[in-house]
Amino acid sequence: MATAPAVDQMPAESATETEEERAGREQFERLISEDSRIEPRDWMPEAYRKTLARQISQHAHSEIIGMQPEANWISRAPSLKRKAILMAKVQDEAGHGLYLYSAAETLGTPRDKMTEDLIAGKARYSSIFNYPAVTWADMGAIGWLVDGAAIANQVPLCRASYGPYGRAMVRICKEESFHQRQGFEILLELANGTPAQKEMAQDAVNRWYAPSLMMFGPPDDDSPNSKQSMAWNIKRFSNDELRSRFVGMMVEQVKVLGLTLPDDQIRFDEDTQQWEHAPLDWNEFKEVLAGRGPCNAQRMERRREAHEDGAWVREAAAAYADKRATAAQQKAA
Amino acid sequence: MTGGSTTGDDGSAAPAPAAPEKRQPWPLWEVFVRSSRGLSHVHAGSLHAPDAEMAVRNARDLYTRRNEGVSLWVVPASSIITSDPDAKGQFFESPQGKDYRHATYYTKSDGVKHL
Repeated sequence: MATAPAVDQMPAESATETEEERAGREQFERLISEDSRIEPRDWMPEAYRKTLARQISQHAHSEIIGMQPEANWISRAPSLKRKAILMAKVQDEAGHGLYLYSAAETLGTPRDKMTEDLIAGKARYSSIFNYPAVTWADMGAIGWLVDGAAIANQVPLCRASYGPYGRAMVRICKEESFHQRQGFEILLELANGTPAQKEMAQDAVNRWYAPSLMMFGPPDDDSPNSKQSMAWNIKRFSNDELRSRFVGMMVEQVKVLGLTLPDDQIRFDEDTQQWEHAPLDWNEFKEVLAGRGPCNAQRMERRREAHEDGAWVREAAAAYADKRATAAQQKAA
Repeated sequence: MTGGSTTGDDGSAAPAPAAPEKRQPWPLWEVFVRSSRGLSHVHAGSLHAPDAEMAVRNARDLYTRRNEGVSLWVVPASSIITSDPDAKGQFFESPQGKDYRHATYYTKSDGVKHL
């Protein structure tokens, strides 16, 4: 799940550009203007590389941290069917993280470095995962709203100008639609259940609505770097455009659920052809992003613990591979 | 970068046993999936694994969670040799201008059936 990336300013063209760099830059500019794709071994501006490495690794970290709120509910899911579905979903999130780490690695950042940065608290991940999942209905709201927002964000990223990122997104988007549907189904069943169950579903929607809208990133007038990302064909639509489109979809879907969105200012603006919604609390967004959300410390602690607890498995696997390789060498000698 | 590794990982073999914190990263493997009998293996993506056996198992978990495949290949990324990306102009020049290698070049037979 991607939050809007911050983008470095493109450096001024160096006066000492070599012939090779000039040819590389011209090819890069031509490929971008033709809406073609950039592949790992192509020349690319340093700022383009850095922007992508940061965006894709943040996206990967989000998938990995995103396993936590749902993994917490596997043992408490109300039926064997729901446990199996939740396990499949959490496994998908791990897979999505790995696809994205692979894509990020093609830009030259080693995998282990990305893991280290996450564990050291140097890397960011989507602020949404720093909110707690307190009831079973949250599994529904996360699937419907959070994965829904992620899909709205990710579908255009399938056409991102960087080939490996686009290919990873295609794979991810195919798998995400199950995530959103299973969430919707959880909410639908609760909404048609007892009054207490319906209330639980409504409460979850109330809590996840605003954070999911903030997943699209800051408003356009507070997102100066989006412009560069759009010029590079990484981003295809602005944060506000995607958010508005998402609100328009949710406002219809919530009717099927028989629930309401906690926003009395939703309306379709005929002039701008955009869906409008109530103002969001961007201070809260900044606080959560800065590490002061309800669950930041817990998520980081859990990730660190998992990494450390798994160290012996990684070491054993490497030692076994070494032993086998040595034995094979001796046999050959 | 060496070979076909698109990652900057040189995919070198695991080193002699060393202190765990000094270990080299697990090598990179490229994964190819045959989606059904009668079709070729197609590149699906890459992954890290300590050895070939683990690479195949990880590839199954990562790239075939939904029956996407009936067969897998894993290849050390360092074993793949690629054409030089900087020389692709010259390298792929030969077919340029040779439209007569395509059936669509021959238009005089338009309208002739079964040709």
